[in-house]
Amino acid sequence: MKSKRKDRRKFLLKALLVAVAFSAAVASLRTSPQAAAEPVRFGRDVLPILAANCFSCHGPDEKNRKAGLRLDLEEDAKAKRRSGFPIAPGQPEKSLLLARLTSADPDVVMPPPSSHKRVGAAQIEILRRWISEGAKWGRHWSFEPVVRPAIADGQKPIDALVSASLAKKGLALRPSAAPHALARRVWLDLVGLPPAPETADRFAANPSPAAYEKMVDELLQKPQFGEHWARMWLDLARYADTKGYEKDLGRTMWPYRDWVVNALNADMPLDRFTTEQLAGDLLPNPAESQLIATAFHRNTMTNDEGGTDNEEFRVAAVKDRVDTTAQVWMGLTIGCAKCHSHKYDPISHGEYYGFYALFNQTEDADRYDDTPVMELLSPREQEERKFLQTRLQTLNDELTALDEAADKANEAGERKWRVAPVLEAASRDGATLAAQKDGAVAASGKAPPEDTYIVTLALAPGTHTTLRLEALPEKLAGGQLAVGRNGTTSNFVLSELSAELLGPAGARALKLTGARADFGEERSTASHAIDGDEKTGWSVSSRPHERHTALFDFAEPVQLTAETKLRVTLSHQSGDTATLRRFRLATSDAPPATLQPAPVSPEIRRRRDDLAAAYKAQKTFNDSLVRLPLMRELPADKQRETRIQLRGNFLEPGDAVAPGVPAAFHKLPDGAPRNRLGVAQWLVSRDNPLTPRVWANRIWARLFGIGIVETEEDFGAQGAAPSNPELLDWLAAEYRDGGWSLKKLLKTIVMSDAYRQASETPPALREADPRNLIQSRGARFRLNAETVRDQALAVAGLLSAKMGGPPVMPPQPAGLWRSTYNGKAWVDAEGEDRFRRGLYTYLKRTTPYPSMTTFDGGSGEVCQIRRIRTNTPLQALVTLNDPVYLEAAAGLARRMIGEARDPGDRAARGLRLALIRPLRDGETRPLLALQQDAQRAFEAAPEKADALLKAARASVPAEISRPAFAAWIVAANAILNLDEFLTRN
Amino acid sequence: MNKNDLSPAIAGAREITRRHFFKSGGLGLGALALQSLLAREKVLAQDKNPLAPKPPMHPPKAKRIIYLHMAGSPSQLELFEHKPALDQLHMKDCPPSFLEGKRFAFIKGVPKILAGQFKFQRHGQSGQWISELLPHFSKVADKTCIIRTVHTDQFNHAPAQLFVHTGSPRLGNPAFGSWVTYGLGSENENLPGFVVLLSGGKTPDGGKSLWGSGFLPSVYQGVQCRTTGDPVLYLSNPAGLDRSLRRRTLDALAEMNNAEYRRSGDSETLTRIAQYELAYRMQTSVPDVMDISKEPRHILDLYGARPGFVSQAESADDPRILYKGDDPTFANNCLLARRLIENGVRFVQLYDWGWDHHGSSLGESIDQTLPIKCQQTDRAIAGLLTDLEQRGLLDETLVVWGGEFGRTPMMQNNVRTELKKGYIGRDHHTNAYTMWMAGGGVKAGLAYGATDEFGYFPIENPVGIRDLQATIQHLLGLDPYRFSYAWQGLNNRLIGPTDEGQVLKGILA
Repeated sequence: MKSKRKDRRKFLLKALLVAVAFSAAVASLRTSPQAAAEPVRFGRDVLPILAANCFSCHGPDEKNRKAGLRLDLEEDAKAKRRSGFPIAPGQPEKSLLLARLTSADPDVVMPPPSSHKRVGAAQIEILRRWISEGAKWGRHWSFEPVVRPAIADGQKPIDALVSASLAKKGLALRPSAAPHALARRVWLDLVGLPPAPETADRFAANPSPAAYEKMVDELLQKPQFGEHWARMWLDLARYADTKGYEKDLGRTMWPYRDWVVNALNADMPLDRFTTEQLAGDLLPNPAESQLIATAFHRNTMTNDEGGTDNEEFRVAAVKDRVDTTAQVWMGLTIGCAKCHSHKYDPISHGEYYGFYALFNQTEDADRYDDTPVMELLSPREQEERKFLQTRLQTLNDELTALDEAADKANEAGERKWRVAPVLEAASRDGATLAAQKDGAVAASGKAPPEDTYIVTLALAPGTHTTLRLEALPEKLAGGQLAVGRNGTTSNFVLSELSAELLGPAGARALKLTGARADFGEERSTASHAIDGDEKTGWSVSSRPHERHTALFDFAEPVQLTAETKLRVTLSHQSGDTATLRRFRLATSDAPPATLQPAPVSPEIRRRRDDLAAAYKAQKTFNDSLVRLPLMRELPADKQRETRIQLRGNFLEPGDAVAPGVPAAFHKLPDGAPRNRLGVAQWLVSRDNPLTPRVWANRIWARLFGIGIVETEEDFGAQGAAPSNPELLDWLAAEYRDGGWSLKKLLKTIVMSDAYRQASETPPALREADPRNLIQSRGARFRLNAETVRDQALAVAGLLSAKMGGPPVMPPQPAGLWRSTYNGKAWVDAEGEDRFRRGLYTYLKRTTPYPSMTTFDGGSGEVCQIRRIRTNTPLQALVTLNDPVYLEAAAGLARRMIGEARDPGDRAARGLRLALIRPLRDGETRPLLALQQDAQRAFEAAPEKADALLKAARASVPAEISRPAFAAWIVAANAILNLDEFLTRN
Repeated sequence: MNKNDLSPAIAGAREITRRHFFKSGGLGLGALALQSLLAREKVLAQDKNPLAPKPPMHPPKAKRIIYLHMAGSPSQLELFEHKPALDQLHMKDCPPSFLEGKRFAFIKGVPKILAGQFKFQRHGQSGQWISELLPHFSKVADKTCIIRTVHTDQFNHAPAQLFVHTGSPRLGNPAFGSWVTYGLGSENENLPGFVVLLSGGKTPDGGKSLWGSGFLPSVYQGVQCRTTGDPVLYLSNPAGLDRSLRRRTLDALAEMNNAEYRRSGDSETLTRIAQYELAYRMQTSVPDVMDISKEPRHILDLYGARPGFVSQAESADDPRILYKGDDPTFANNCLLARRLIENGVRFVQLYDWGWDHHGSSLGESIDQTLPIKCQQTDRAIAGLLTDLEQRGLLDETLVVWGGEFGRTPMMQNNVRTELKKGYIGRDHHTNAYTMWMAGGGVKAGLAYGATDEFGYFPIENPVGIRDLQATIQHLLGLDPYRFSYAWQGLNNRLIGPTDEGQVLKGILA
């Protein structure tokens, strides 16, 4: 094939150049200046300058475009205008672009001074060279198809490509790291844990390529692999255990986290990994695990703050899904196009909302209960649910029958009461009240948090001594009985009840007294409904599923000669819709002393108790269930129309848009549906050069500390150029064509010589490649937050191997959770859960676990593409003083005592457990001296030793004194703070 | 171990500070030593210490800032906005023109107008209108610039607070203080550059994201200094491990780490050694600056501060029931703020919780609780301005006061439709509310902007949140348009992607 031959020729040419450059560089290891002969490349050299300085007024954004000129399109940029050619290929002197850039006239010069932008002389020179070389146009490099570079036979591709880029600077690959260092490195990289020194010893005894490969294969099969690599994915997925914003209440997301761990351990190919998370619910007959996967996009935040507009935050969540999707798979920031057409990358305002439309059809809507959710029931739980439901049904039926029988038996007693006909029933706050045949009033429709019912009754002539209020249960859709309208408690709180007689002379308030009821909570008896205080009332919170009766005597019997209207006001002010669902009013002419709430037979009492207990059991059961938020598509007839949001404001809808992907990218695959499933297929389509590049780069960066494209989050026009484009494309092609297997790609990379290089940095290298951008040595960087913790616990022998399940709360300083309106407390875990891997630490978005934040861990609020590594004094304070690390120091000290006898050996054992490698001469000396000094200090002040032992929760081994052991803890504390220990090298 | 055993690199890391260098410069250090010190200091201070002081973009008017945020949002109509027209309409239905197309957090239907609940008077030479709730502030009114026309577009607490302090109502952007320390560094290398102090018993609604570093490196995040327990998390050595033993540990650690540096050649190792030494210094410098018991009586009285006070509200489930007018937590924080900026801290952010006076409970009422909140803060704020001035610090310290939005001229009607003692309240109002600034570069004794007769809309000089952000940055020597951080394809700025934010020329001194 022609292109292949061309590639091969290119490679040979390069190899020749390399050889020449290399021999020239042997004399001194200094960087040779980049040959000026290399032609300027549009995508790499020119476009970034134009994008940064020109596109905001002469780019895709039609609103802010000046002079009708576009420099992002070749045709426009090279077209003749009245004043000449903006860009005249081969003729820099005729190109207006250069004239304007270099003008001394402030009114003419570009960019205009008001833009606060300036194009430097070196950049102008690049543009000049590019124009004189013919101004060859191209696309932004990352949008071009992935081209797998040809590799000479017998060469390892990664090493060939890295060597080629090193050779340009006169450098070559460094020798392999020592076997122990290599073992520690590959363990930390693949499973996030250090090997035992003995494991590394075994490898060091025979560090053959085959032995190394065997170690790599074994690591890739460990379940801890998924736990380690899940962290990277969960940062992208903005995973957290709470809902975010003001209230930041808890939410169950961990089944999704466990799904990720399992998927990575099973080496689920990226295309499936993508499809199940974005659109598992849209697959035919989705399995439970495929539905769990869709919780990926339910990691968006929910705002439970009082008075918020749910639509506003639903829209915010959908935008977050759109932005996160583009970021994670395409490495593009399209969020700018929410408000206006993108200034730098080719995404118009309308196209953003077209893409948004694909995500805008899910049921979730910033609801308090996070619906739609999926209940994840174990088989045992499924059985228990069935049992509880049957039992409730039986009890309900039995009780209804018993009530009816009792009503019949009580006809004599009931004859003392007359149900007053309802003339009018109205709600002050919006509910619909309707009189029913049996004289009851039922509330329906709107359910305001507070409500006042005003009921007018016709009171017959005669004597009326007592008013009776019956709270009657209604059967709900689920078969459950409820007396109150509160959806979760079924309770009501009658804050105040008052009665007025409406005579010809006007309304006359009737004083009520002698309140009594069949039931009432301790501080909410019926008398609280007539005490004149709206903040107290009659409620039945523990028995809200059965009928209740309250009697109120008129202070003076009401004597009527003619039918008169009685107005009863029932006020409910406790909020939460604790309002009566159905009630009936009656009066009696019997002496109050003879009137009591209808007697309840012991039989009925017992059944009611059983029923209440059964409801309670069901509630406890329901509360204990795992409910995972997930994605569900709206039915066809309920789908939303998507409109452009002007200035990104959902209250300013513009034109309607059709769902689709931005035109500058590849098209949706043939037959792909216009929904999330189509998006997933589009992202992993062979036509998409971005997904494989972005992912290969991301994985590379985790192993080398820095990406081939340093701006992992931005592959657009403003991002960094790849340091080694051929290497990036080779990895991208390898990943995609190798069946999107993460484990395969990882193995390929860690098997390379480039990965295995020693990390020691001779001064000359520090100058030639200060940040190790071109892999001139093995990578050396500080471990991430979770690994810092896991490693300390592991060498201390404390780390729990337990996998999965609800998040845990290892110790953190008291009083950190002080968010408003959140009763939830952090309770330090005891036992195994104190020492789980960092992945399992409860992550509250507004108050993340402080030591993780200090080591650059995220909060899960938004998609975090990479963690910027910092090196701060607060980190020192964590590993020196955080009780977690103190307990780890005690654990390590115990191992030092238990696994060696002589003090020197103990110090050596501690260092080896932490650093893995064999020790060098004299290395234990500073540590041993520290232990001895500390022991002397503790012997002089034994109470300090006791205090430290207590703080470290240490149990002192039998063979050693308390001050001596406290001193070993001090030594262990130092080991856990060694730079080499905190670093992967 | 003898200190002389330390390698020069560690000694350098431990001992050298800019000030130390200049102080010892005159003590006859040899020229060679000087040069190597200078070179090393440059490496450590500029390349390695991201908090090293950086030159501003233009000469600043203010070198540091104290930002007092009243979380929940105080009612401007009870404090700064004298609107007699409201008296005439008191308890009458709100004109429909105010309600059309408006969204409120809680008001539904047609609410009633609520007259200002407290008396107003003009104060000082400038004749600023101030209510009787702020007797101490009234006396320092001439030092302040009261902005009456601030408006926002967020009407819920968390997003509105995030908008003010991070430039975006959504989570994930750097806090104002993070931006400023990123831009200017810190002037005290023994203290964090951006310190946050809380009072009122609860964290503000926006949570710790209000002082998070967002996409900036986490070294710029605000450090919450707590008034109980460790002032900075994990600052104290474990029980039984005293300071001399910590010193001894760090010496051993430095020796071993230095050996590692010689082997690895990685300058991060040197930085780590230096950061451990800084942590060690912070262990004394932070508690020292946080100890207000060192202040003389008359200064404590000036603020109404009480050293060692532990507010019960800190541990209460609902701190509102514990409101006491003499709770000095906020006053203590104001005094701390002065001590911190005096020691070179760049940005001190105070949040005081408990200003959300809807009228829905006794703890949330304008008539009962607002006076208590004013009692807790009024003397302290006046004291802070007076103290800064008498120390010559006010000229170059910017003090900002305000909430995340204002409160409606209407009573909140879903709570109550008639006036009842202890239940008078107002809903969130975004169209116009009052903030004030004082000190570095701001015109003193100025009332800026005006609202209509009901205090509903600005009628003169409206001020957006972006304008405030642009102005504050300008005063600190940062160009709000050019000061940016490249992230995710954009040069991100505090003032957002558009240039709508304008420096308020009218308030510049």
